[in-house]
Amino acid sequence: MEAYFDNAATTVVFPEVRELVTKLMGEDYGNPSSLHMKGMDAGAYVKTAREIIAKELKAEPKEIIFTSGGTESNNMALIGAALANKRAGNKIVTTTVEHASVSACMKFLSELGFEVVSIGTDKNGIVDTRKLVEAVDENTILVSVMYVNNEIGSVMPIEEIGRLIKEKNSKVLFHVDAIQAFGKMIIYPKRLNIDMMSISGHKLHGPKGTGVLFVKNGTKLKPILYGGGQQDGMRSGTENVPGIAGLGLAVKMVYENLDERVSHMKKLKDRLTTGLQDIENVYCHSGEAPHIASFSFVGVRSQVLLNKLGERGIYVSAGSACSSNKQLVSSVLTAIDLPKEQLESTLRFSFSEYNTEEQVDDAIEVMKEILPILRRYVRKK
Amino acid sequence: MQYKAFMIKYAEIGTKGKNRYIFEDILCKNINRKLKSLGDFYIRKEQGRIFIEAKSEYDYEDTVSALTKVFGIVGICPVIVEEDTSFETIRDRVIEYVDKAYDRKNFTFKVNTRRNDKSYPMTSMEVNAELGHFLLEAYEGLAVDVHAPQEIINVEIRKVVYIYSINIPGPGGLPVGTNGKAMALLSGGIDSPVATYMIAKRGVEMEAVYFHAPPFTSEQAKQKVIDLAGIVADYSGAIRLHVVNFADIQMAIYDNCPHEELTIIMKRYMIKIAEKLAAINDCQCTVTGESIGQVSSQTVHSLYVINEVSTMPVFRPCIGMDKQEIVDIAEKIGTYETSIQPYEDCCTTFVAKHPVTKPILSAIYKSESKLEGFIDEMLERAVETAETVMCRCR
Repeated sequence: MEAYFDNAATTVVFPEVRELVTKLMGEDYGNPSSLHMKGMDAGAYVKTAREIIAKELKAEPKEIIFTSGGTESNNMALIGAALANKRAGNKIVTTTVEHASVSACMKFLSELGFEVVSIGTDKNGIVDTRKLVEAVDENTILVSVMYVNNEIGSVMPIEEIGRLIKEKNSKVLFHVDAIQAFGKMIIYPKRLNIDMMSISGHKLHGPKGTGVLFVKNGTKLKPILYGGGQQDGMRSGTENVPGIAGLGLAVKMVYENLDERVSHMKKLKDRLTTGLQDIENVYCHSGEAPHIASFSFVGVRSQVLLNKLGERGIYVSAGSACSSNKQLVSSVLTAIDLPKEQLESTLRFSFSEYNTEEQVDDAIEVMKEILPILRRYVRKK
Repeated sequence: MQYKAFMIKYAEIGTKGKNRYIFEDILCKNINRKLKSLGDFYIRKEQGRIFIEAKSEYDYEDTVSALTKVFGIVGICPVIVEEDTSFETIRDRVIEYVDKAYDRKNFTFKVNTRRNDKSYPMTSMEVNAELGHFLLEAYEGLAVDVHAPQEIINVEIRKVVYIYSINIPGPGGLPVGTNGKAMALLSGGIDSPVATYMIAKRGVEMEAVYFHAPPFTSEQAKQKVIDLAGIVADYSGAIRLHVVNFADIQMAIYDNCPHEELTIIMKRYMIKIAEKLAAINDCQCTVTGESIGQVSSQTVHSLYVINEVSTMPVFRPCIGMDKQEIVDIAEKIGTYETSIQPYEDCCTTFVAKHPVTKPILSAIYKSESKLEGFIDEMLERAVETAETVMCRCR
């Protein structure tokens, strides 16, 4: 039985979205900047998608910027905001468990001279709100916190953080990387004091190469791409019309019956967790996100387990990528202070509405079968 | 300026006496195969050289790059072909040639004319002198040096005129297919692709074996070896890669033998399997990337114990090289970037903290005796179930 449990990496594109994208590539292929009908038709698709997403965020259409994906959204928000607001201050506050598309930007910004402060998490992978708020001062221009951690699914207290940092410094900009959260929960950024929020299309059954940055009206932001001045000059470059239209439709579909979809994922996650916990020396690190489960299978390196599961048609993700000589261990697993034998044996299972209980049961059975065998063949100390 | 032809120089083949035509024919065939997709070329042997004439449009860079990967070639000379043999035309073309072929015109030279057509109104010496004169007049920075010129401008007058001087170094070696066939043990590391390249360079056709050990080694590790074989195949010609599933054997060794000896015993069985595949596929030798002292299984003691199982020659072209020297070749041939991708291979999967560096043959025999009764069958099965992947250059 084939089972794709790597939906936090990417998801299958909805059939309706595939159809729409194909149609736009072949028929309505115009450039929205063109002044003729073909251009206007294409522009209408972009407008519709913008309106759908704005509605789901309770935002205005002009607060939606289409990007090439989560990475670009994070780059635009962080680099754009830092550059636009550098006269107001020099300090940026973030967490130690951000996705690389945030942490690498932070590294770049600190090279440019910004002071970047990264706040750690508790054992559950949830950022220490008190310390984070403490770090925000008059000189702070930007705070960036992910909504849902991509590796263990811990959910950050975004509402509380938004409220407290704005109380402390009303001018500070609040960016949220919501790439693993959007499509799994209802998010109204303005109610959460969020100024900028990143979204990725392919995590919610939309096309790859699509994303959104929500930018609240009045937020000072410098573009990071320059050119023809599309999207109010914030993001030059001919719009990816098929991708944007597909993203719009995917968002619409996901939010049409969100509760049902999410409770299905949650049910599968709980079923897997219960099933695996019968096995000796299996530890669960999952956070509250409905679609992400994380376990350590002590005694087998994650890559070996991943290979073996792959042979059986079960696709998961390794918590940490190891090579023979050096261990490239992920930030969140280190941050939550896992002992070494758990660090190197962590796997992530992430669900979508397309997964079934049978797939989960099969995965549990396979685990019970292969773990004892693989545990015999360890690298001896 | 479009070169219409290339003159190919080869060195060692010239020493092959009566077998020489075999070497030349294979070289022509290899050149032909390499250039097939790049244009329509006419390839012919002529007085100790090979001439490649373009019969269609072709891309100069791609063609030269392809030729620099054909073993047996020591030099590639791009040639101007002029159909009008009158001296005035030759003069104009030579002046034009020097203008375009050399950015800096400040070298010493001599003109070297050969004439097949003895009815030509001028002697070779006269043509040399006249062309030299006109070149000196045309370019101030040039000077004649007939004894040790920096550049030799060659002019061959036949039914048409050939003008050439530039010599692009080829890879050297002997044409692949002139010297038997070898089975290389490819691991995905830096050394074994270099070893494979070096043996192919001596004219040996290559096959390869990779020991895959799922789930301990990943599909990416296997793909990496396929990619590496493809890069080497750009020089050696297509390589048939035999992917052996080694996991069961590895686990049997793990279960039954002392852990410190695991790598040594494993390598002995690898050689055995490689030889079985070699015999089936008409190879006369095996090739490894071993280099003395690089890791514990490559001490002289270890090599002695590993080598003891072999019945064919085991060629180890990297044996006396330092790591950096091997890396330099890997970078030159383009395997390095692929080799350093961090996927675990089966040699590192179970490696002991303190593996033996001075294994004793009698002790290894004793450990291996624990596998008696089933290991032979496992080796046979590994050979029978090996998957064959054809690796060609991309």
